[in-house]
Amino acid sequence: MSIPALSINDLHKSFGPAHIIRGVTLDIEPGERHAIIGPNGAGKSTLFNLISGGYHPSKGSIKLRGEEIGGMKPFKINRKGLSRSFQVSNIFSNMTVRENVRCGVLYSMGYGYGFLRNVGNLHDVQRKTAEILESVDLLDKANLPAALLPYADQRTLEIAITIAGGADVIMLDEPTAGMSHSETERAVALIKQATEGKTLLIVEHDMGVVFNLADRISVLVYGEIIATGKPTEIRGNEKVREAYLGDEADAIEGDAA
Amino acid sequence: MSNVATNSVNVLGPTGSEKFMRRIMPLIALAVVLAVIPVFGPSRTVYSLLNAMGVNIVFAMSYNMLLGRAGLLSFGHAVYFGLGGYAAVHAMGAIEAASYGDGGFWASYPVFFLPVVGFAGGALAGAVIGWPSCRRAGTPFAMISLGVAELIAAAGFMFGSIFGGEEGVSGDRMNGPELFGLSLGPIEEVYWFIAFWTFIGVLGTYAFTRTPLGKMSEATRDNPERVEFVGYDPQKVRYLVFIFSGGFAGLAGGMAAVNYEIFTPEALSLAPSGMVLLMAYIGGIRYFAGPILGAILLTYMQSMMSDYSEAWLLYLGLLFIVIVMFAPGGLAGIFVGLFSGLRGEDAGENFRRWAVQVAGIVLMMIGIITLVEVSVHWSNNYGEVFHPFGVQLPHDGVLTWAVIFIPFVAGVGILRMAHKNKEGQA
Repeated sequence: MSIPALSINDLHKSFGPAHIIRGVTLDIEPGERHAIIGPNGAGKSTLFNLISGGYHPSKGSIKLRGEEIGGMKPFKINRKGLSRSFQVSNIFSNMTVRENVRCGVLYSMGYGYGFLRNVGNLHDVQRKTAEILESVDLLDKANLPAALLPYADQRTLEIAITIAGGADVIMLDEPTAGMSHSETERAVALIKQATEGKTLLIVEHDMGVVFNLADRISVLVYGEIIATGKPTEIRGNEKVREAYLGDEADAIEGDAA
Repeated sequence: MSNVATNSVNVLGPTGSEKFMRRIMPLIALAVVLAVIPVFGPSRTVYSLLNAMGVNIVFAMSYNMLLGRAGLLSFGHAVYFGLGGYAAVHAMGAIEAASYGDGGFWASYPVFFLPVVGFAGGALAGAVIGWPSCRRAGTPFAMISLGVAELIAAAGFMFGSIFGGEEGVSGDRMNGPELFGLSLGPIEEVYWFIAFWTFIGVLGTYAFTRTPLGKMSEATRDNPERVEFVGYDPQKVRYLVFIFSGGFAGLAGGMAAVNYEIFTPEALSLAPSGMVLLMAYIGGIRYFAGPILGAILLTYMQSMMSDYSEAWLLYLGLLFIVIVMFAPGGLAGIFVGLFSGLRGEDAGENFRRWAVQVAGIVLMMIGIITLVEVSVHWSNNYGEVFHPFGVQLPHDGVLTWAVIFIPFVAGVGILRMAHKNKEGQA
């Protein structure tokens, strides 16, 4: 068996007396599309922030391709090939769409903090930026200010910035939140295509998206993973049904696509 | 897919001619203006004003690298201007000593290139002071900059051998090798020196905005969190920008050293730090050319308006407050608004609205200026009376208070009405 793309072992996080993450252990294989679901307040966002470097773990380890990244600064983790998106659009709203994506591309192409080159003359950066924009279908809006984009396009741009650096572990935090049905369908197709061959970790509330996209699903409840498995296994799991009450449980049952 | 993308690269960015018009043309225009000014045969007073403007333009541009581009509010930018200037004035002394003494490196260093020494001095100071202060942005950064400014200003009066005490350190620019046939003696020749370095300063600060670091500094200003997740350390971005900003401030200091041939600890103090903030903000920090406008206007006010009125600083304060409250885009923002308004479809409508606004503002200004001038004359106790256009306006005259209140109230009324009309239409 190969080294997992992401390996989390007995991870804990407390904020003062609040014990949010209570011993999460999870291995994600390279190329796997893994979804984390769970009721509100289960600690999904905290787990995301722990992995991507926003928070320090209180205990436990997080390994990216076998290398410990727990507690590292976000930019260092990003350079190691892990990139994330945000639940609320977190773009550079004063810049154009093209410049937004370019910000995501620059470091990975080795231009770092350079001050001796004109960005307008970096043809490899421009080509890469155009490729990314092409792949997310934002090419025709490239020169619009990001702040003027419709909501769904801002979410798309969010994903574009996330994949721009060429990271092979992509984490998406509720990428379809607030989208209409047709927008969600487009977004799912886009995510599938943009993360082709990459490892994907996704937090999502829309069960349709989760069961459509994920190879495996983990269910996080009160800071613990109560079940991990293929979509069919999760659907039939009694503990998962208990954790989700009412409508949402029906949604898990019913969405047998 | 990649084929399509490769072809569309050219479509994405601005075209060659757009780039030329928007980026190269303004620089050529600046160079032409700088080169043409002496043709009009300015007087010595005008030359010294122009030279002061050149220094302040570069200083304000360096400040805007922090405030406008990186979102860092500094209350102590004169520290880097001053330390760069002191480095240059000491180097000027070294050139003098070396050319009358045993030669060496400084004997062959032209005074014309002293701003390079200033740049190095300012950048070095930025590298040392920026290390602790760039760890935080926002309010902590502003507070630290204020503390550092106080500290360096106090040190300026303590370390006599470096800062020369209250008299400062002076030098003589007419030493060392001459460059471009400029002895730098007469003020006309100093003008060419200032013009050259003003152009270099503007070109340099502009080029910086085009680099990856310059772009990431804007990204860090807008969204430091996201910057971390595209592989950049926002602290390091701020620190590097800070060093460059200190360097260009030092360049301006080096220009000042040659222009005035003296540096005093005042140059490090809070007063010039505040002045450069006003220049950048009044000019417009969101526009690259904004600080140039601000530097020109404030330098003019500083040297010309102080001849007309003792209360000029009061007017400056009022101008600043008005800009902050009503025109956050600064002078540059106002110009851009005028330009686009006159080119739009409702140009006539816009023009009428502005005419009304200008009338209101002028009326208010008549009231305010009269009030200020009458008060200043009265409080001076010289028995002198404010007498614009031969009209005597004593502080206890009925006419005086009529001239103060009637235009002021009329002006306020007109502006309010214009505002209401606009809202009514919208």
